[in-house]
Parts: sequence; C-alpha cells; structure tokens
Amino acid sequence: MVAPSYYLALSALLFGIGVVGVLVRRNAIVIFMSIEVMLNAANLAFVALGAEAGSVEGQAFVFFVLTVAAAEAAVGLAILIAVFRNRETVNADELTLLRW
Amino acid sequence: MPAWLFTFVAVLAVLGALGVILQRNPVHSLLALVLVLSLIAVLFIALGAVALGFLQAIVYVGAIMVLFLFVIWLLNLETEPREGGRLLVKLAAAVLAAMLAAELAALAWRAAPGGAAAAGALHQGANYGSMAALAKVLMGEYLLAFEVTSVLLLAAVVGAVALARKDPGAGPQSSTPGRLEPPLR
Repeated sequence: MVAPSYYLALSALLFGIGVVGVLVRRNAIVIFMSIEVMLNAANLAFVALGAEAGSVEGQAFVFFVLTVAAAEAAVGLAILIAVFRNRETVNADELTLLRW
Repeated sequence: MPAWLFTFVAVLAVLGALGVILQRNPVHSLLALVLVLSLIAVLFIALGAVALGFLQAIVYVGAIMVLFLFVIWLLNLETEPREGGRLLVKLAAAVLAAMLAAELAALAWRAAPGGAAAAGALHQGANYGSMAALAKVLMGEYLLAFEVTSVLLLAAVVGAVALARKDPGAGPQSSTPGRLEPPLR
C-alpha cells in the first residue's frame, strides 16, 4: 500500500511542472494545457486525501472541478478561436492590446 | 497498488507532464497531456475512486482533449521555431516552480496523516468510490451545487457558440452556422 504522502508529493510535482509551462510557453493553447495539468494535480490531491479520510466528499469536489474544467475548456478555446480570427496568432507575446 | 507500480505510473506521469511543456508541436504536447490524464485516472482507480477514474477517462481524455485537438487543427498551428535569448526567463521560471513544488510537497508530507509511513488499511467502506456512493453525496449534501453545475454547463455551451461565431453582430441568416474559416494570410 502506497502512503497518501506519495500521491501528494506527485501532485505537487505535477503542479510545479504546470506552473513552469504557464510561465515559459508562449503558445496560448499550450498554456491552456499546462493549466489542465495543474487542475489535475489538485484533483489528485483531493482524491488522495479523501481516500485517506475514507470520505467520498473529496471525490464530489473533483466531480465539480471536472465540470468547471469542461466549461472552462469550451469557453477558453472559443475565445482563442475568436482571438485567432482577429489577430491571426495565439502567441501570448504578440497579444499586447491590454498592455500599457 | 503495489509500490513498484505506483513508481512506474508516477515517473511516467512526470515525464508526460514534462512532455507537455517541452514539445514544440502542440499536437505532441496534447498527446503527452492525454498520457498524463489517463495515468491520473489510473491513480484515481488505485485510490479506490473507481467511478471517478472512469469519469476522468471519459470526460477529460474523451471529450476535452478532442476539443483541444479540433482547435489545434482548426487554427492550423505549426511547430514553433526554437527561440533563443529567453534562457534567463526559463531558468528563473524553472527555479521558482521547483521551489513551489518543493514547498507543496514538504507541506503535504507533514500534513498527511502517517507521513511517509506506509498507511494501514484505508478506512474505506465496501462501496467506497462506487457511482452509488458518489451519487448519494452529489444528490444529498451538494444537491444545490450539482444543479448549479447544469446551469454553468448550459452557459458555457451558449457562450462558446456565441464567442466562436464568425460574425457576432450578424443574425443567423447572414452567417453560415458551424463554419469556421481560417483568416486570410
């Protein structure tokens, strides 16, 4: 039996990798994918702690995170399509309309 | 889940996550992400959350990833050129994120009951992680949140259609529904 601490450590590692992806990558779609990695790292921590406590509520939270992630992906990708249609790029460095 | 299997899955998941951020072709990033999400579904099942593991596989790997793939193809993204001169930024980001991950892991290590010691039998009932157990919580204590979720999904669908439409000002007659033309280069 693997202790929950190892699951939490793996979750922290995946979250860190997701942070690097958001900070380093310039392609908006890959930034999006890195955010999905971070969301899933948080989900893994929820389920690991819920399994340790023997409660189903951790899984209920993950269910809600799953639905919010689905909504976020649909709306976010639609925004990317709209941005690409207007600017012909999804490079985060070139989208500087709101930068002073 | 035996320790060697967990090690195998964990190493593969970390390599997959590194693949997501290191691949320069977005489709390759996406394939690495599919690997990570599938392995997390495996870990869910290993933790006893069987129903949730299958939900993860169906919703994430099956639906959300296909959406990503369609958008990548739609935008016709190509492999990014290798960019130089941002080495310092990348290094700083990697160091900061490594510190963050180390802090989170240290915190988890201290906070988790039992710490690094092997856990005994988990306090799980017979039907822990079954769809029935999950549904009992969702339809009971979190009924309001569960119902609000349906409103959220409806709003997301309507919003996505409205945002991705070619000409938001035009009526449905003048625009061709379901048609996304790439802009002229």
